[in-house]
This record gives sequence, structure tokens and C-alpha cells, in this order.
Amino acid sequence: MATFEYAPAPESRSAVTLRASYGLFVNGEFVDGRGTPFKTTDPATEEVLAEVAEADERDVDDAVKAARRAHTRVWSRMSGSERGKYLFRIARLVQERAREIAVLETLDNGKPIKEARDVDVPTAAAHFFYYAGWADKLEHAGLGTRPESLGVAGQVIPWNFPFLMLAWKVAPALAAGNTVVLKPAETTPLTALLFAEICQQADLPPGVVNIVTGAGATGHAVVSHDDVDKVAFTGSTEVGKAIARSVAGTTKKVTLELGGKAANIVYDDAPVDQAVEGIVDGIFFNQGHVCCAGSRLLVQESVAEEVLERLKRRMATLRVGDPLDKNTDVGAINSPEQLGRIQELVGVGEAEGAERWSAPCELPTKGSWFAPTLFTGVSQAHRIAREEIFGPVLSVLTFRTPQEAVAKANNTPYGLSAGVWSDKGSRILWTAARLRAGVVWSNTFNKFDPASPFGGYQESGYGREGGRHGLAPYLKGSER
Amino acid sequence: MTPTDAPADLAAAAPAPLLDATSSDAALRRFLHGLPGVDQVGAEQRAAGLGTRSIKAASKAYAVDLAISMVDLTTLEGSDTRGKVRALSAKAQRPDPTDPTCPATAAVCVYPDMVPHAVDALRGSGVHVASVATAFPSGRAALDVKLADTRDAVEAGADEIDMVIDRGAFLTGRYLDVHDEIVAVKEACALPNGQSAHLKVILETGELQTYDNVRRASWLAMMAGAHFIKTSTGKVQPAATLPVTLVMLEAVRDYRLATGQQVGVKPAGGIRTTKDAVKHLVMVNEVAGPDWLDPDWFRFGASSLLDDLLMQRTKLTTGRYSGPDYVTMD
Amino acid sequence: MTRADVRKTYKLYLGGAFPRSESGRSYAVEDAKGRFWAHASRASRKDARDAVVAARKAFDGWSGRTAYNRGQVVYRVAEVLESRRDQFEAELRTAEGITASRARTYVDAAIDRLVWYAGWSDKLAQVVGGANPVSGPYLNHSAPEPTGVVAVLAPAGPLLGLVSVVAPVIATGNTCVVVASQPHPLTAITLGEVMATSDVPAGVVNVLTGPQDEIAPWLASHMDVDAIDLTGVEDPEAARNLEIAAADNLKRVRRPAAEDWLATPGLDRMTDFLETKTVWHPMGL
Repeated sequence: MATFEYAPAPESRSAVTLRASYGLFVNGEFVDGRGTPFKTTDPATEEVLAEVAEADERDVDDAVKAARRAHTRVWSRMSGSERGKYLFRIARLVQERAREIAVLETLDNGKPIKEARDVDVPTAAAHFFYYAGWADKLEHAGLGTRPESLGVAGQVIPWNFPFLMLAWKVAPALAAGNTVVLKPAETTPLTALLFAEICQQADLPPGVVNIVTGAGATGHAVVSHDDVDKVAFTGSTEVGKAIARSVAGTTKKVTLELGGKAANIVYDDAPVDQAVEGIVDGIFFNQGHVCCAGSRLLVQESVAEEVLERLKRRMATLRVGDPLDKNTDVGAINSPEQLGRIQELVGVGEAEGAERWSAPCELPTKGSWFAPTLFTGVSQAHRIAREEIFGPVLSVLTFRTPQEAVAKANNTPYGLSAGVWSDKGSRILWTAARLRAGVVWSNTFNKFDPASPFGGYQESGYGREGGRHGLAPYLKGSER
Repeated sequence: MTPTDAPADLAAAAPAPLLDATSSDAALRRFLHGLPGVDQVGAEQRAAGLGTRSIKAASKAYAVDLAISMVDLTTLEGSDTRGKVRALSAKAQRPDPTDPTCPATAAVCVYPDMVPHAVDALRGSGVHVASVATAFPSGRAALDVKLADTRDAVEAGADEIDMVIDRGAFLTGRYLDVHDEIVAVKEACALPNGQSAHLKVILETGELQTYDNVRRASWLAMMAGAHFIKTSTGKVQPAATLPVTLVMLEAVRDYRLATGQQVGVKPAGGIRTTKDAVKHLVMVNEVAGPDWLDPDWFRFGASSLLDDLLMQRTKLTTGRYSGPDYVTMD
Repeated sequence: MTRADVRKTYKLYLGGAFPRSESGRSYAVEDAKGRFWAHASRASRKDARDAVVAARKAFDGWSGRTAYNRGQVVYRVAEVLESRRDQFEAELRTAEGITASRARTYVDAAIDRLVWYAGWSDKLAQVVGGANPVSGPYLNHSAPEPTGVVAVLAPAGPLLGLVSVVAPVIATGNTCVVVASQPHPLTAITLGEVMATSDVPAGVVNVLTGPQDEIAPWLASHMDVDAIDLTGVEDPEAARNLEIAAADNLKRVRRPAAEDWLATPGLDRMTDFLETKTVWHPMGL
């Protein structure tokens, strides 16, 4: 070997035992669905992993009924400390089966095992730990002296962080005394079904957690079911708006965690090497399938050239390929449909006259892949500066003054997250105060923690997940 | 690394793009404080991230041999003797006596008075003789004493000098003093035949405390003509850490971009395992680039590291784990 | 000879001024006994549009003030209202036909409500925000920020109801466009006069009078309105339709509910129109 090439370092698949087919998880048991079963595949290899049941309206109704019964008869009557112990059990089981969950997540989703292993699964376990501890302390959450659960929560989660989003939804709901009917995304149902097994192993009372698989129609059945008291959705702004319309005139509480087009502002006095890392983390973490991705780089003109040069050099070291390889930095695009959308918008970017640069990397021939890409010469008017691409594509814009940076950053209907890089504390605080976004990462990016509230302004949705704030959406008397 | 042919006075000057920066204390301060800051948390996360690379099979064999060839096998004890230095020199030339394919180390590193013994033992081997100098490790002596110390070592045959910077001067902001002292030591590295010993400049990063200081000291040393920048004496904790090496690798990378001149990096102290060494090599590869994956441009200042590298090497060739009894002890 | 009254023309309160409706239209307002009392401006959709522009223009300045300062301004509103107690008492009696003592109760409660919310402006962040103990070397804190421009469909209570829905919105730094109670619009305009003389910056509160069912849909669907308070919408179907329209840009919606204006409020009228912003910053050398 003349140069330092890294030999393949694949994580073993042996931790995972796939079943040929999976049913729905209703009332503590796996049952057949009445819809048309569908296949879930490994986006990196196009290998069919399993067949999964589709829940139709009757199945969803069964699940809601099971959840209602469990709420009325068991879960809402149980003391907070007892509920908490079940959540602690779940947290421990997640840790014990961490390797298995991580490998399964990588297979079903296409994300690098490094991220599933080091981010998704440990953060999910942390969420259960965090909210487990809240279950018997709700009267101290600042939401009234006798906070009451809402009832049945209908939860619909996306494919980008399947297991972590499940934890974000299920942990606070259960801690607050609600029962849930959860629908995972149709391209990534497997870790949710593994979670169903974990619920069984934890001896969670039947019906407290119900998992119904399927696509949009199943999700619609969940959120529009009359006996659902609470709707929690993470996904596209378009579907979020449809949900907001569908609950109009009801008493359902809603939290929506939707799209974003976050600005990542790099001032000329930024700690530049860390800023470059933050830009890379911001847009290439999880293939850019991140609602809070820093998809618009706003860099001060005086350092734009230097930052771009460093960024390109850094992007060239990103290792794209087999998601199960422990050295892979960027994995597979989750589905051919998503790849199509990325390609379409990248085509639009080129047609609109922005200049494209993609990292030189060999992409596997099979499966869905997209090379880490950036566009320079982008203006606010370009579609690639306005629309969420949800892929590894960065739009680079420049600014001259802090006022201009903030104005451009806020010039979007979204408002989920933002980044700001500077070595001057007061400039960071000035900027952070003016950014209309629910999460501002200063001199860092894409950090998540169960204690830290997450959620957007404007069309990025409403309500917060995480922290004490994340309890409010699941308790009576506290709006959102 | 071969002694440079460039006249000492020319090599000592800062490269043209940076000449202005060393024109006065104020200019130098402005320049060094104008370098981009280093965010500690971000730098440490980047280093930790690179540390999760999984290097297996052929890559690992390559990395282990490369690491062995980059070791400055070091003994810097008050108890050092001729015998100790000769034994170490023997090991440096043939780290694994049972396997002739095992590379030699890059150098043996000793105190100035031990240099003649090392030179004697290593003659013709291609293994360099490195000597610490300049009132190592504290550097607390008058300049002429430091220069005499350096000249002693060079005259005794050391072809690499590991000097320490004046951390007191650095921490009180007397950057030009630090700079000029490095220039003076570099001049003292010159031999009458026009050749010159290579100069490694020890920043003693454990005393500089912040990564901002590490970056500034790195640039200061490079501008003064260092061939290598080195983390530590090994006498102060913490010594070499991954994030410190990261910041120094960024500095040499950026310095070459700015001036066209390549400078080497030597983490020293605290690197004891193959795993640590491989993490460093991954970092060299991905941060500075493959050009630095060469004993001329990257070194490990270490003693016990070599033993672990040898055990790992045996494991890779035999397929079973080795033990300390199967590597030579020196 | 008795002196002829100088009667007041009630106009809109918009951008700190008191213009007539751009439509030039007005409608007759009756007192509690069904007699003609005065004309109110009949605001059009264009007036609503202008009001939103005024509210948006005022937002940066108002939300950028210190919470202490906003509290002082809201308190100043209470002070000025206190000095005009008799006027409001008389207006309430005319409008609602209630006794002097009942009217006094409402006026006093409205003043006290303003004082209550004024005090909240610089305390709420400590109650609903705080430090988040994340597992890493970061300073992480969450603080509430105003949502933006809030459309307020005011309830029928001419003074106390109105003050109860407007004060929490502005004390927290939002600006608002208020559609006054259709049968009781005049007190809202008089309250506008109080605002205009209480250091409330132009555009922070804008008051439209006229038919709610005509004006509200334009506000509900307006893409530059961030939130809508449906408290004053009595017809459930109308409320539902407004909520549907509000989803176009995902406005924060407060649904109508039974209210007891004399009871001490909770925090929800403030928190409904606040966003939580969480800021991370590394801690290192």
C-alpha cells in the first residue's frame, strides 16, 4: 500500500435478526394489518429487508381503541413514579440493544452506522431517561399543580431519524400519562417495530404504545381519528398544514415540527476550522436529511473565498459509501423518490445559473446516492435558496454586514434553526437575538439533547419537543 | 530528513509573504492575534470524531510500519548512561530483531551529553540523532547558555535539535523575543561545512493552556524558521493530545498554503499505544494531507509506544496477540 | 339656551393615527336602549391590510425594547386609563346599560389587569424559560420571544374583555391588529386614544371597527400575520373556517373558549403568542 487507504470496516449485520414479515403492534400484540402489505428496502443496496403490514382505517381504529382503554383503565390511573419506572426500563433496554437498533436503523434508513451508533440510538435512550424522571414530577413542571394527561396521542414520524423521532414522541407522551398510536414512515418502519418488542420486554401494559405501519393514508387515519386527543407530527410543511386544517374546530392539541431552510452565518472573525466543521455537520450530517440542516451558508464576503476553499478541501475528505462501514461519513439517500427530488432541485439550481461543485467521490452503482454538493453564486431569489432540498446540497450566499446577514437569514417562511459563527461574544448574542428561529447554534451546529427544547417559528411548525417545554403539549391546561 | 543545504541566515528569515509580520513586536502581535481563533469544544469534537475511524487489516499494517518509521525513540532521564543510549540505538535500528522487514525508527532522541554515544552507535544506519537543547525542558537559562548548549550538540554530531521556546516570554506577549531566540538557535544549528541540523521547536503546549496559543506559537515558530513544530517536552502534563496535534496540523497546512513551505509536526509525550498512533496518522492524513505521511514530516516523540507498535505488528503477522516478553525491552 | 355638545367622531386607530376607513364607510352604533349613539368606521379589507403593515413595521422596535420598558409602557396605559375612569364608566353604562357600580367594577378590573400584565413583561422569561442542563460543554438556554403580528378578534366585553386580550399580547412584545367587538366598537376606539397618549409606539396596537365576519377572514389568511386569537368569534363554524385559513402559513391559533374576565388570568394568553428560542454556545478556552 503506497498511500493510507482505509480498508473496509463493516459493522456486522449479525446483531440483527430480520423477520420476513412484520405485523402491526396493537394492544401489546403483533397483529395482521387489513391493508396491502408493503416492502421496506435497504436504500444502499436495494435489498428488500422485510414485508410490513399496512394499517387501514379499521386497524387504526383498533389501535386508538386499545390506546383509549389503556389510558382509561391503566396508564392514567397509575402513579407517576410507576409510569416512570416503565420508561426507565425502556431506556435501559434501548441501551442494551443499542448495537442491534443501530444496525437495523442503518439498514432500513441508509444512514452511516457511525451516526446511528453515536447519535441516534444514544440520544434516543437519553430521551427516555430524561422523561422517565419527569413522570412523577409533573406538578413541578410549571404547568399547574395537578397536571392531567390529555388521553390518546396520535403521532406520525418521518424517515430521517426513525428511532430518535420515536423517542422524541413517545417518551414525553408516556411520561405525562398519555397513551400513543404511532405511525413510523413507510420507508423506515423496522426500528419502530423493534421498539414494539422492547415494549413487550419491558412489560409495558398492553395498549399504552401501539404502532401502526403504512403510508400517508394510515397517517391521515391516525391524525384525523375522532378519539385522538393530541396530534404530534414531524414531517413536511405541506402535510403539517393539512393537519392544521384537519384539526380546525376540534379540541385536539397539535404540535408540528416541519421543514426548514436554516441559515448558517459565518462572520469574518469566526474560528474558521471549527466553522468549516460546523458547515459540514450542518448540511452533510445524515445526508442532509435533517429538517434543521444548515442548508444556506451565509458567509461574510471578506472571507468567502477562503472559507469556500477550506470547505471544498474538507468535503473532499468525506467518505461516501456503504452505510455499514464504520468509516463512512455520508450514507445512502433514503429512497429513490427523495433522490429524485434532490436531483430535480439541483437541476433547477444549475438552470438558474448557480455554480455547482460536488465532492470528488466514487458513488456505488446500486442504490440511491448523491455526492456532497455545494452551490456558489446563489441569491435569495433562487429556488435552491428558498426550498428545502432535504439532501446533501448546500447553497452558499454572501453578506457584507451583520444587518444584511440577519435580514437574509430571516428572509424565509421557515424558522426552525440557525447557526452563527464568530469569536466575538457580543456579536453572537446580537445575532442570536435577531434570528427568527427556534434553535440557534452559535459556534456549533446540529446538537441535540433531551433537555433542550426543539421546534420552530413560522412555517417550521409550533410546539416544542425536549426539555420541560416538551411536556406542555401532552398536558391539559397548557396551550401547545 | 537530511540536513538542509540552505545557508543558515537565509533559512532563518520569515518567508516573503510574512516578512512584515516580524518587523516589530507590535506587528508580530497583530499578526498572531489576527489568526483565526480556535474553538476548544469544536476542535476537541473534530479530534474525537477522527479518533473513531476504524483502521483494519492492510491499512493497519501499513499504519503500524509507518508509525514505527516515524518514532523518535527517546530517553531523557537524569539516569541516562552510555549503555542505555547504546541499547536504545540498537533497538532503533532493528526494532524487531526477529523480523528484518520491520522498519527502523526515524531517530534516537537524547540529551546533548549523550549525543556522542548515539552518533557512535548509529553511524551509517540512517537513523538520525536528535538532541534536545536550549536548557531543556524549562528553557530557563540565558540565551548564550542556550546557544552554547545547541552548538555542543550539533558539534557532537546531532543532526536534529529539539529546542524549547521561552514560554514565559510567550505568555507575557513578548513574541518577538521568542521569535528572535528561535532564529538565533537556528543559526547555532549551522555547521562549518555549510550544512545545518534540523530544528524542531517545542511549544510545550501543556503550558500554553489554550488552543489559540498553540496556533499562535505554531505560526511564530514556523515564521522563525522551524523545520518541525513539536508539542511537548514530555515533562509537562498534558503533553501531546489529539486536539493539540490537530491545531498544529492545521497550522502547518495553512502555513504551506500561505508560503509554499512545508513544516513537520511532532507530537511527543503521552502517546503510548498503537491505537493512539493510528488516530494521529488518520488525523495527519485527513487534516494536513498525505504529504505529511512521511518520517520527514511527521514524528512521534515516544519511548514505550514502540513496544506496543511491535506487539501489534506481531499480532498482524502471526494472527495471535503478543506479550511484553516477546518484544525487546529498552 | 343649552349648549350643543361637541360630539366625537369615532374613527379607526391605525399606525398611531386615527384615520377614517379608506372605504369611507361607517355604521351606526346603538346604545343599550337601541338608540343611535354614534357612527363607527366600517373597516375594509384594505384597512386590515394597512393595519398589518403598521403592526409589522412596529414589531422590531417594540419587541426590541427591554422588557422593563415595555412593562412601563403598559403600566402607563393603566395610569392614563385610571385618570379617565369616569369617561369609561359612562361609556360602559351607555353601551351595555349596566349600573354605575357594575361599570366601575369593569373599569377597575381593566386597569388592574393592565397593571398585572405590565408586571409580567420582565418576569415571564424567568418563569417559562431557563437554563437547560445538556450533557456537553455548552451553555444552553431557552427564552420566550414574541411570535410577531397577532390578529385579535376581540370579545364582546367593551373594555375588560378587550384589555384582557390585548394586554398579554403587547406586554410580551407582539404587535397586534384588533378587530373590536362589532356591537361595542366605540370603547375600543376610546381605548385607542388612551394608548396613543401612553407612550405606546405607533402601530403596536391597531384597532379596526366593523363587521368581524368581513374583516377576520382577511386577517386569518394574511401571510404576514403570525398568530390569531379567535376569542371573540362566537360562531363555531366561523371559528373553524378561520382556523383553516390560518393554516396557510401555520399561524398560532387560540381557539375560542368560555371566559370569566373577572377571574385572575393564567399565563396562557401570553405563552400562546410566544416562541421558545433555544441558544447553544460552547464553553471553552
